[in-house]
Amino acid sequence: MTWKQVFTSSVGKKLTMGFTGIFLILFLVIHAGLNACIWANDGGEMFNAGAHFMGSNWVPRILEIGLFAGLLLHIIQGLMLEMSNRSKRATGYAVAYGNGGSKWYSRSMGLLGTIILLFLVLHLSDFWYPNRSSQGFLLGEEINLFTKMQQEFSELWVVIVYVLGCISLGYHLAHGFQSAFRTVGVHNKRYNLMLMTLGYAYSIVIPLAFAMMPVSMYLGWVH
Amino acid sequence: MLDAKIPSGPLDSKWTDYKGHCKLVNPANKRKLEVIVVGTGLAGASAAAAMGELGYKVKAFCFQDSPRRAHSIAAQGGINAAKNYQNDGDSVFRLFYDTIKGGDYRARESNVHRLAEVSANIIDQCVAQGVPFAREYGGMLSNRSFGGTQVQRTFYAAGQTGQQLLIGAYQALERQVALGNVKMYARHEMLDVVMIDGKARGIIARNLVNGELERHFGHAVLLCSGGYGNVFYLSTNAMGSNVTAAWKAHVKGAAFANPCFTQIHPTCIPVSGDHQSKLTLMSESLRNDGRIWVPKKQGDNRSPVDIKEEERDYYLERRYPAFGNLVPRDVASRAAKERCDAGYGVGTSKQAVYLDYADAIVRYGKIEIGKQGRENVSEEEIIKLGKEVVKEKYGNLFDMYAKITGENPYEVPMRIYPAVHYTMGGLWVDYELQTTLPGVYALGEANFSDHGANRLGASALMQGLADGYFVIPYTIGNYLADEIYNKPVSIEHPAFKEAEQAVSDRINTLMNIKGSQTVESFHKRLGKIMWDKCGMARNEAGLKEAIQEIQALKKEFWSDVKIPGEINEMNPELDKAGRVADFIELGELMCKDALNRNESCGGHFREESQTPEGEALRDDANFMYVAAWEYKADSEWELHKEPLVYDVVKPSQRSYK
Amino acid sequence: MEHQNINLSLKVWRQKNSNSKGAFETYKVNNISTEMSFLEMFDVMNEELITEGKDPVTFDHDCREGICGACSMYINGKPHGPWEANTTCQLHMRAFKDGETIVVEPWRANAFPVIKDLMVDRSAFDRIIQAGGYISVNTGNAVDGNSMPIEKDKADASFAAAMCIGCGACVAACKNSSAMLFLSAKVSHLALLPQGDPERSTRVINMVAQMDKEGFGACTNTGACEATCPKEISITNIARLNQEYLLASFTADK
Repeated sequence: MTWKQVFTSSVGKKLTMGFTGIFLILFLVIHAGLNACIWANDGGEMFNAGAHFMGSNWVPRILEIGLFAGLLLHIIQGLMLEMSNRSKRATGYAVAYGNGGSKWYSRSMGLLGTIILLFLVLHLSDFWYPNRSSQGFLLGEEINLFTKMQQEFSELWVVIVYVLGCISLGYHLAHGFQSAFRTVGVHNKRYNLMLMTLGYAYSIVIPLAFAMMPVSMYLGWVH
Repeated sequence: MLDAKIPSGPLDSKWTDYKGHCKLVNPANKRKLEVIVVGTGLAGASAAAAMGELGYKVKAFCFQDSPRRAHSIAAQGGINAAKNYQNDGDSVFRLFYDTIKGGDYRARESNVHRLAEVSANIIDQCVAQGVPFAREYGGMLSNRSFGGTQVQRTFYAAGQTGQQLLIGAYQALERQVALGNVKMYARHEMLDVVMIDGKARGIIARNLVNGELERHFGHAVLLCSGGYGNVFYLSTNAMGSNVTAAWKAHVKGAAFANPCFTQIHPTCIPVSGDHQSKLTLMSESLRNDGRIWVPKKQGDNRSPVDIKEEERDYYLERRYPAFGNLVPRDVASRAAKERCDAGYGVGTSKQAVYLDYADAIVRYGKIEIGKQGRENVSEEEIIKLGKEVVKEKYGNLFDMYAKITGENPYEVPMRIYPAVHYTMGGLWVDYELQTTLPGVYALGEANFSDHGANRLGASALMQGLADGYFVIPYTIGNYLADEIYNKPVSIEHPAFKEAEQAVSDRINTLMNIKGSQTVESFHKRLGKIMWDKCGMARNEAGLKEAIQEIQALKKEFWSDVKIPGEINEMNPELDKAGRVADFIELGELMCKDALNRNESCGGHFREESQTPEGEALRDDANFMYVAAWEYKADSEWELHKEPLVYDVVKPSQRSYK
Repeated sequence: MEHQNINLSLKVWRQKNSNSKGAFETYKVNNISTEMSFLEMFDVMNEELITEGKDPVTFDHDCREGICGACSMYINGKPHGPWEANTTCQLHMRAFKDGETIVVEPWRANAFPVIKDLMVDRSAFDRIIQAGGYISVNTGNAVDGNSMPIEKDKADASFAAAMCIGCGACVAACKNSSAMLFLSAKVSHLALLPQGDPERSTRVINMVAQMDKEGFGACTNTGACEATCPKEISITNIARLNQEYLLASFTADK
């Protein structure tokens, strides 16, 4: 069986989704951990130090390429799967099965993912793009990201968009976390139960932490 | 006319000798020989798979949308095999003996012995295929006991043994389809056998999706089309189970043997009203732990839980102390009918008896308490634990009962009543499973050979798979070895055209009646005649009436049936009409056979022939034969008798007391 | 059990054949005993339709005891109707109230084309089994059944997967029309047994390829299949299939 066969089969495509999903889940931990430094309330010193390390060291910068590759793979494969899956039932039902058999968010991963994607465009153009372009996309001079955050999150509408983005992320993770592990083949009852609990906890804690950042800044809890 | 071709020699070496001396077909020639298999239940699927493995070119037909849906799938209890894994004294001879005795000495010794011999191979084969039989904690296969025997030789997979065995055979069949050895025709119904120069050369089949008739050539035709219990309208058979394939062969000349031998299963859910379309069986294994009773008082309308122990009549335990609730099916069924007829029946219809699990729940509860080493445990705790054990063992059956009746069988006793379940009669076959039509074979429930006048529980699955996996692959070689000289006949041969025309004419006739009564209504009326007059008890006057009523019904059917739709489309009403027409003809023959057999044996109970205690009374002097009926013309049959010779077993009055 | 008679409206999908366009039609059925099964209610309606000279509704059914897997009605938005762990044939009219309207549709999936009315073509399932849903053992090769002890828990888990009746409710319930529950039940049934071990890699690879070819969607673990399965087959089997597939593809020779 060739690699092409593996990754073009329905199960293989889902493996791609699962593995990239788990990779992105790990990334979010780092992202959230680093950003939590804003709550050190030291005028952004600790936060900027962390951000500087991530932006100026070759190791995280190379990993960043991997991150984008994984993200793109997750997005493109996800959208393609969504379209292909939708095409498998040309005539729909008059009465939908609805929530009797599954959670709404588990059926809406494509929609939630698309919302997150739109949010990401905004998010990257707010922070990542201005910073990297000031660096000349190499290891050049960075902007002060803490100040940038304070600027961005002084606008109420931006805060609201960020919070909505985080809610979408929460629901996406509520299904995605455990689904990813099932997809890569974890089937033992003991681990499934653990992963399910962990998944729900994760999908609340991480998006909540992210959402609290713009909120804290807007409300002036961070200085 | 009837040559059973029983090999000579001692009983226990007949099959070995036969296998050592029958003709063989070399592998290169097998590829040139085409075999048609009709029906894909346990017998058909296993035969098609086994012959595909051997290299024959096989075409398999079923009327369902997939071979996996054949009605073997509904068998619940288990499959017998003389493995003696329990060290309780079982052996090939015991299984053979129990089957002959259970069949009330109306089966052929040689066939039954062969069945017992290959029974062990079936289990091995199924395990190798991945059939997940129930196992003990040590990993060994588990056994349970079943009615009519005193050893534990029944292998099972919860209450779904038939399903698991059929899925095993189905997978083996699909593997042969994938390998190109078998071509599968689902949603096809066989409507005639094509005979050329006295030999079967193919069939006419109808594609049920578009209604087109198709001609298929075969050097031999295997009918594995199951039983004809649906002649009674209400039975535990699937809605589609029918006699048509077997009946077409019968009309073409294959003798039909012992048609009146039908099995009435004692543990079914009672009829709830006129709308009833079929009856549901509750596995006989329930009788292992359940106790059957009726109130001692006639017409007692109290709730069963209010009837005290001393006011209950555990009539099976009373009448048959040795076997108790585990007497064979025919005995248990008749005993239930006797109580209900005498006015002791329960439920709204009064046509039911109780199957009670209260004792078993307490017994199992106490065992659990014992295992846990606890003392001074409350009654509720015992019952709670007992219910858990019963749920583990019979949960799916209890759930099914609850769904159908809306009652909770863990709290109130179940109501059960006998229902038509299996037909021991069928196409007459010789030792090689060949019918009286050369080249036409009958396997499984479609033939008559192994169960005599009554089948023991867990033996139908055994017979179906024995015939398909282990008998036909040998015996058909003996016939096909001479067929290698015969090239396939073109389906343009006049005989094919003629047969197709006859089938087409009959369908057109049916469609053109355009009468006023539905097919279903005729089927119901036929069923009522059969159940009332050729059911659990039969007598001369009733049978004579039944024959006249059926003849009248036939006339009415052919002049007033109403079939909607067109021929060339999916038309289930038309399919059913053809089947009911055949059932009507069969019904008449069954009554004729029942009338002829003026003795009681097994499932056939003639009121004229009983002991003073009301037990079935055989008449070996006059009826120790297989009644094989040859079709002559409409409503005309000639009786041929195959005498039954018992060299090893000495027939005696069956006693389970 | 107390029973009563109820009157109902049935909104049923009618479609002459696979090429024609279908539409809903509404029928009144009166005096339906709550003791009837859902299919018996259809029998009653069909008898009336035939008597009135109309075409009866075609649907698949056979054993009517919940094991053959033939019946396949999508009732009020759920495959096999409102009861848990149940098939259409075992659904009884106690489940409905007097005056209710019941919407009955066929299984919907491109891989299950409608043949007529409520009857669909599920032969794709047979072809998936043909792709490897078996243990390759010819008749007569078997060793003694007890020569290979199988852990009771494994045997039980294998049986729980093998209980699948192939009705296709999982496909009908899945928003992606995925056949993964059906497929994984077979893969699990065989992979859990030592007999199935030699072919486990080729089996899962070929069966998945066939499923894709038949036009079923991919699994997104929503769990709708498990919730509707009449035999309560667990989606854990799907995870097990994924593992089988992962191992098979990463350990493949070429």
